[in-house]
Amino acid sequence: MMPEKPRIEGCFAFNGGDFADAGQAAIELKARLAALGVPAQTVRRAAVSAFEAEMNVIIHARAGSMYYVIRGGELLITVTDTGPGIADVELAMQEGYSTAPKWARDVGWGSGMGLPNIKNNSDALKIDSIVGEGTTLLITIKLGAEGQNENC
Amino acid sequence: MKIAEIADKLGLEVVNEGQWEREAKCCYASDMLSDVLANGGEGCLWITRQSHPNIVAVAAIRGMAGIIITGGKQINPDTIEKAGQEQVMIFSTPKQTCELAGKLYMLLSNEMERG
Repeated sequence: MMPEKPRIEGCFAFNGGDFADAGQAAIELKARLAALGVPAQTVRRAAVSAFEAEMNVIIHARAGSMYYVIRGGELLITVTDTGPGIADVELAMQEGYSTAPKWARDVGWGSGMGLPNIKNNSDALKIDSIVGEGTTLLITIKLGAEGQNENC
Repeated sequence: MKIAEIADKLGLEVVNEGQWEREAKCCYASDMLSDVLANGGEGCLWITRQSHPNIVAVAAIRGMAGIIITGGKQINPDTIEKAGQEQVMIFSTPKQTCELAGKLYMLLSNEMERG
């Protein structure tokens, strides 16, 4: 009989502007991956990616959600929001480019590092965005030894 | 160097108790949270003027040894509560970031030279 593969999934809902509890989803994800014996560096990459994706929702959108699941040796994190959308994804991927409002910058977010941080900490990042409707990020992180991004 | 010894030598005020016996290996000074998420080192003490609850999540995710809030800033009670939940040590100091960072850097450097 084949040993049962570790399996986790979880989901969270976020409200735009509600940043006081931000990071809880990432902290929970970190704890669950660590409990499964995922290497510490991979756990950290996953948690950083999840936190940045959550902050994008809180800073830019009206609402959004995160769903994560381990499938086929990969962690898949999907974050969907009903926000303004990203007009120029290539520009948004440039470190330092930001459309964050003043309140976000005042508390240390909105420095234009969010999407680059996700890219640097993941093995794949897919962005689907429709201006005026919202954005969906699909973040893939390989959980095995092969899942090492050279940038982090 | 143990956090307890650093806190004593720098005259830091304890905001939230935690792992006093933990070794701090390095320090990182930044008020930009994404910067710390990208570059904050495990086991580092983080020096910042930010005092809202998100700093606890950032420090917890990066596995940092603790947070030192500079400039004598009033600390949000939600931050202290969250730090208790996540077991993240927080200290406060009236010193400004530059002065505190310089002193902490010298402490850690001298410790490394002594081996």
